[in-house]
Amino acid sequence: MKLFEYEAKEILARYGITVPRGAVASSPVEVEEVAREIGGPVALKSQVLVAGRGKAGGIVFADNAVEAGKAATGLIGSDIKGSLVRQLLVEEKLDITREFYASVAVDRQARRYVVLVSTEGGVDIEETALASPDKIARCWVDPITGFNKTGVEEELSGQLEIGREDAIGLADIIATLYTVALDCDAELVELNPLGRTESGGMVAADARIIIDDNALFRHPELTDSAAVGFDDTTLEAEARRSNLAYVDLDGDIGIVGNGAGLVMATLDLVYHFGGRPANFLDIGGGGSLDITRKGVLLVMSRPEVKAVLVNILGGITRCDVVAQAVIEALNESSVKKPVVVRMMGTNEAEGNRMLREAGINSYPDMEKAIEEIVKL
Amino acid sequence: MSIIIGKDSKVIVQGITGSEGSFHTASMLGYGTPVVAGVTPGKGGQEVEGVPVYNTVAEAVGSHGTDTSIMFVPARFATDAVIEAIDAGLKTLVVITEGIPQKDAIAFVARATQKGGVTIIGPNCPGIISPPHRVKVGIMPNHIFKPGSVGIASRSGTLTYEIAWHITSAGLGQSTCVGLGGDAIVGLDFIKLLELFQDDEETESIVLIGEIGGNAEELAAEYIAETGYPKPVVAYIAGRLAPSGKRMGHAGAIIMGASGTAKSKIDAFARAGVPVVEKPSDIVGFLAKQEKLQNG
Repeated sequence: MKLFEYEAKEILARYGITVPRGAVASSPVEVEEVAREIGGPVALKSQVLVAGRGKAGGIVFADNAVEAGKAATGLIGSDIKGSLVRQLLVEEKLDITREFYASVAVDRQARRYVVLVSTEGGVDIEETALASPDKIARCWVDPITGFNKTGVEEELSGQLEIGREDAIGLADIIATLYTVALDCDAELVELNPLGRTESGGMVAADARIIIDDNALFRHPELTDSAAVGFDDTTLEAEARRSNLAYVDLDGDIGIVGNGAGLVMATLDLVYHFGGRPANFLDIGGGGSLDITRKGVLLVMSRPEVKAVLVNILGGITRCDVVAQAVIEALNESSVKKPVVVRMMGTNEAEGNRMLREAGINSYPDMEKAIEEIVKL
Repeated sequence: MSIIIGKDSKVIVQGITGSEGSFHTASMLGYGTPVVAGVTPGKGGQEVEGVPVYNTVAEAVGSHGTDTSIMFVPARFATDAVIEAIDAGLKTLVVITEGIPQKDAIAFVARATQKGGVTIIGPNCPGIISPPHRVKVGIMPNHIFKPGSVGIASRSGTLTYEIAWHITSAGLGQSTCVGLGGDAIVGLDFIKLLELFQDDEETESIVLIGEIGGNAEELAAEYIAETGYPKPVVAYIAGRLAPSGKRMGHAGAIIMGASGTAKSKIDAFARAGVPVVEKPSDIVGFLAKQEKLQNG
């Protein structure tokens, strides 16, 4: 789960990282008030979760409080790369002499945290990795022995063109980012840019934290965050409440299946045979009657959906239960749409009999079922 | 000889008294796996499917001398259970549990590496099955598999079943199938598994099933190209239509920015000379051709 910049900065400030003076505001009047309190020129930063908001016009500078209020009128309620701007972070405009990039992230392949530092601050790290890989320093944190600040300092001095002062300052900050990553179960803690000011201090001009979804049970303090489901569509939000793994796509064939890989393959095959899937929906292993019924109803409720494909490979999942769920969903739904079922596995014969009696086509072969639904 | 598990693997089930643990204990026993003990703290002395239950892994190991465990322990207790198993000296751990935090997985994988000689399969995986030996340490449906010479390495459970079923229906069969797990941090990976398949005389060809997220497939492709991998490999990649930034069911199945796309993986295999099929059913044609070549 991505946190908003202001939430990330609140956390970082608690750990002693310097962040710009500022506050979040949700109306032009509030923006003006915050700007007045700060005094002098300010930055207005749209609180959205998409990357590249700066280039998309999501960050605006103002010379004084009145100007800030005016600028806020245009920003609040605007659309930044598909995300609605509801709040602005109003901050003092910084006087930065040098910009860095610094992050701590989970490295899937190394199975440990990796530290990334670059002298190309303010640039997307993927772009730097392609354009000037020599400007990135990388080192890994040993999960057994923990963070070795002296080691990181030496790595930074060795790999980057920076002075000793900067290496020490950066290693200090990274040590803190690592602590934040562990404490918050973050898969990414990123400062970009991290600025060095006129006085020599380091300030987190922009910050991003992504929390590991699997660890949210340990972080009740985050469950009320406005960032939860911020970029969800209406149906994605509804699915989230029912604990269904659902993602909206832009086609017209609704998809219900069990197992992430199988459902992804189903989408790819629908496309391969000339159709366009409307969604991803994984009801999981051992999907119960209730979950399956809810899933079918959810997918069918979308106006764009013309027909629904149910693809179940039953291991633990029982085909008769799936058939029952599909029949119940069709009876319950106010809109009737054609349904094609692919069903294989435990109690397959009984499930097929039930579907046949209800007039629903079912196939044991996934590709045949997909060809059939694409033809509809 | 099969890989990782064999006919003599004596297996303990951690979390045996839960509904999943007991269901799959019955299924593993039914397939032929020697499940000798279960562990659930506080439930020692009970029996599940005729299998004695102990309070700790150490007690179970002491009484039965096992070296393999399968775990159905809920996510919030799973890390302790895995570390308990490592510390008790077990060598093969199959972690079925879904929803384990990445930090915890990093910690137990590091512990296993430190200890040495420990293989962790998963987390969030269906486990491992060797049909020629009728041994399964996992949750896959038994009837889909058939003894044969195709090894399967996969990041997805149901997609493994789908492809195994095509192989079985075509009259071919599998040597060993391993579900590596759908999380971002897993123990055993494609490269290590390819190494094991290389030395396994029962395995003549390998199906590699990947999906979006991370770069495990790209690294496997590089490994195959660099080592001139001696056995035929065919790949299937799921998630060509997955949008960026959205988690597709599996915790690890997410495209971040430009990394982790299906295209990147397919291109990597193409560069390595590994065929990537468009449809799961196409795998059978490829394997049949290989078999024909081998049998002259």
